[in-house]
This record gives sequence, C-alpha cells and structure tokens, in this order.
Amino acid sequence: MSQKVLLNSKEVNITLHRLACQLIENHDDFSETVLIGIQPRGKYLADRLAQILTIDYKIKNIQLGHLDITFFRDDFRRGDKPLEANTTIIDFIVENKNVVFIDDVLYTGRSIRSALTAIQSFGRPKNVELLTLIDRRFSRHLPIQPNYKGRQVDAIDNQKVKVKWIENEGEDAVYLIEKDN
Amino acid sequence: MSELSVNHLLGIKYLTKQDIELIFETADQFKEVINRPIKKVPSLRDITIANLFFENSTRTKLSFELAEKRLSADVINFSASQSSVKKGETLIDTVNNILSMKVDMVVMRHPNPGAGVFLSKHVNARIINAGDGAHEHPTQALLDSYSIREKLGSVKGKKVVIVGDILHSRVALSNIYALQLQGANVMVCGPKTLLPKYIKDLGVNVETNLKKALEWCDVANMLRVQNERMDISYFPSTREYTQQFGVNKELLDSLDKEIVIMHPGPINRGVEITSDVADSNQAIILDQVENGVAVRMAVIYLLASKIKQ
Repeated sequence: MSQKVLLNSKEVNITLHRLACQLIENHDDFSETVLIGIQPRGKYLADRLAQILTIDYKIKNIQLGHLDITFFRDDFRRGDKPLEANTTIIDFIVENKNVVFIDDVLYTGRSIRSALTAIQSFGRPKNVELLTLIDRRFSRHLPIQPNYKGRQVDAIDNQKVKVKWIENEGEDAVYLIEKDN
Repeated sequence: MSELSVNHLLGIKYLTKQDIELIFETADQFKEVINRPIKKVPSLRDITIANLFFENSTRTKLSFELAEKRLSADVINFSASQSSVKKGETLIDTVNNILSMKVDMVVMRHPNPGAGVFLSKHVNARIINAGDGAHEHPTQALLDSYSIREKLGSVKGKKVVIVGDILHSRVALSNIYALQLQGANVMVCGPKTLLPKYIKDLGVNVETNLKKALEWCDVANMLRVQNERMDISYFPSTREYTQQFGVNKELLDSLDKEIVIMHPGPINRGVEITSDVADSNQAIILDQVENGVAVRMAVIYLLASKIKQ
C-alpha cells in the first residue's frame, strides 16, 4: 500500500484559514448560522474551524453541533460491516437558521444525503450549505456539490483519501492512499 | 465489536458482556434521538415486526411498539385473547401463518417458559423474548441495568438487592444474570416461601431481613407479588407481607446512606412500596420506563442489522 501527501500540516492550516474567511464573507457575525460537523470524521474539522473563527477572527457565540447520520444511512443491512452509531450533540434548534454541514471528504454524496434528512429532526433550516476539506470530484452518486472546498482531488475508486488530525492521529495531513488489489 | 453474538434475544443467559455493552452504547444514541423534536429515524423502514402477546401486558407492549415505530418499522399486533389460539391453533401454526405475511421479526410474550427458544428453532424470523412465564424477561433486565449505569455511572461493583416475589419473577432471573455479567453483587430478599429452593446456586446472597438488605445495597429493585401465578398461599396476609417486605419512607430515612429505588411496574402502591417512596427523588421508576424505549430500540436495531438483504 503506497501513499502520497496531498496536504501537509502547513497547507492544512492555510486551507483552514481560507475556509474560515470564506465562511465569514457569507455569514458575517454567525448570529443566524450554525456549524454542524458530520460524525464521525467531520467533527474534527468542524471543531477546528470553530476554534479558528473564535480565536483568530474573534467571532463570538459560534453555535457548533455534531450530527450522527448512522440511523439515516441508505446502506443499513446492505454491507458486510455493521454500522456503528456515534454521538449527536445539537443543543439548539436549527429552525430558520443557516446550516453549514462540515465533513472532511466529499465522495459519493450519500453521507450528505443522509445528513440532509437527519437535520430535519431538529427543525427546518433556512438553507443548508456544505463545506468539505477534500472534494473527490467525478465520484458522486448523487447531485450534491460543496459550497466551500479546501482541495479538489481526482482520485479513482481504488484510492482512498485519508485526513488525519493532530487530535486523534498525531498530525494534520491529508494522504492519498493506493489500495492493493 | 459492533455486532451482537446472537441472532435472537431469548434470554440474558445467551448474551456476553460485550453484547450488553454494545446494546447500551447504541441505546445512548437512541436516547438522544427520542429527546429530539422529531423522534423518529428511518433505519427499519423495510422491516416488519409482529408483536405476539399471549399474556397480558401494558407497558412492555407499548414500549416495544413505540420503539418499533420510532425506528420506522411496520408493526402488527396480536393478542391471544382475540385470536385463533382460542380455537385450538398451535403456537408454530399461529406464528408461521403470521410469518407468511412476510414478517422479519417477532416480539413474543408467552406464559410458558422456553416458548421463545422453541419458536426460534422452528420459524424463520428473529425472535425477541418479551417475557416467557417465570423464566426470563431480558429487555426488562437490560433497561434496569442501563438505568443503574445512567444513575450511578456503572454497574460493575454495585450492590443490588432484588426484593419480593423472586419465585415467580422472570424479571428477577434476568436481572441476576445481567447484573452478574456486568460485575455487580446481587442479593435477593423476600419471604422464604417466595425464594426458589436452589437460588444460592446462582451465586447470589440471600437475606430475609429487609432492613439488613437495604443497609447492604446501593440499589433496591422492588418486585410485585405475582398473585396471578400463585396456586397456593405463600404468606399469611398482604398486611403482614407489607410489614416485613414493604419499603416506606421511614425505613429509607433510617439508613445511613441514600439508596436508589427501582420498580419494573406495575406498582402495587402500599404493598411492596409506599407512594411517598415511589414518588420520591430516590426512585428512578419513570426513568426506567423512558430508558425502556431506548434500550428496546437498540436491541431491535442491532438484531435487524443482522438480517441481510
């Protein structure tokens, strides 16, 4: 299994700041906006962006939640691996809010489809946007596109894009991994 | 581990410690779901579940039905009093007729011990035992342990006394298995006539003095006297039973610590537990009911995930 670096630690940091600035352009003081990290891996990106917005750009009262989509997925009972549920933490109502979904990699779009259904349990958002660190274009199964993207990647199906975070894997980096056949 | 080791939930004695942990971790997520403004998830929209109740039930039946509906399963209900069982149909025939309507899972309560195990060997569906005679009531024991875990942080090392009619109670047996599997110390307390002869073989402590039992424990699970299962008289009078084995506020206040009071319901107020205890902050009886839905959602979800398309 070979791997190549798509983004190193410095590039991840620059990209995160760019994404934070793009969010500020569209959402001003975030009073009508909520950030939702998609479990399990989008929560690290969401937490980091919220941290940058709060500390580096002095935006107060960012509303941040984590949404688990397990029970809304369309592949229940269809795969070999059982689906493991994660924690949802959304202690606010999203009614009439601008919701920004945050996930590390956008691949088939099926997770985001599930998230669009799941978020309705918390109210009817005014609109929903999607922010993703890596956009694997040309591999979508559904008509879903990101509003904000860190890097676009043309990866083929037997390649895997792995985003690592200092919080859980000791480094900030994005790898393209070649799976052995 | 993210899969149950069993294909049916027939009793706690067939589960592993890891199974119970997985059920509780999944129930944590469902507990969050049932506290959302919209309390429903679409996971089981292509699963049909039959609730077969050959014996009366109120809360277990409602709890299962709510859990199934919150998971978006299609649900059919059956109770023996309104069925062809009265006309002489056998259990396997009744169930196979229902399964011909493409049912994937059966939740069954039956007066005969072992009815669930028997059914699981003869029909092609996942079986959940919702109580089989005086044998097991696994989902009740799971929700009891889940409630202890929620209240006290963990079950391991806790001292739990089960008080009352142990002889006729399926809740007692399932609770003993579940609590021991998770590393709790278990005691039973009740009149000698209502304690099974070989109860000590299960590795539990036995006490016939309620005050001593309550002084020992962290949690007291109060059981109802099951008059409907009694063919003879097991104690002189209800008044005498209450005096010796009923919990009241005065008794609780006389302890040097605050213990948790549980009851699987239905409560006979003034018999095994007085109203001021049942409605006090020490009682987690209504938490048990809420947790019952989350735990049953977890059990159904995890068993359904093993039905491959």
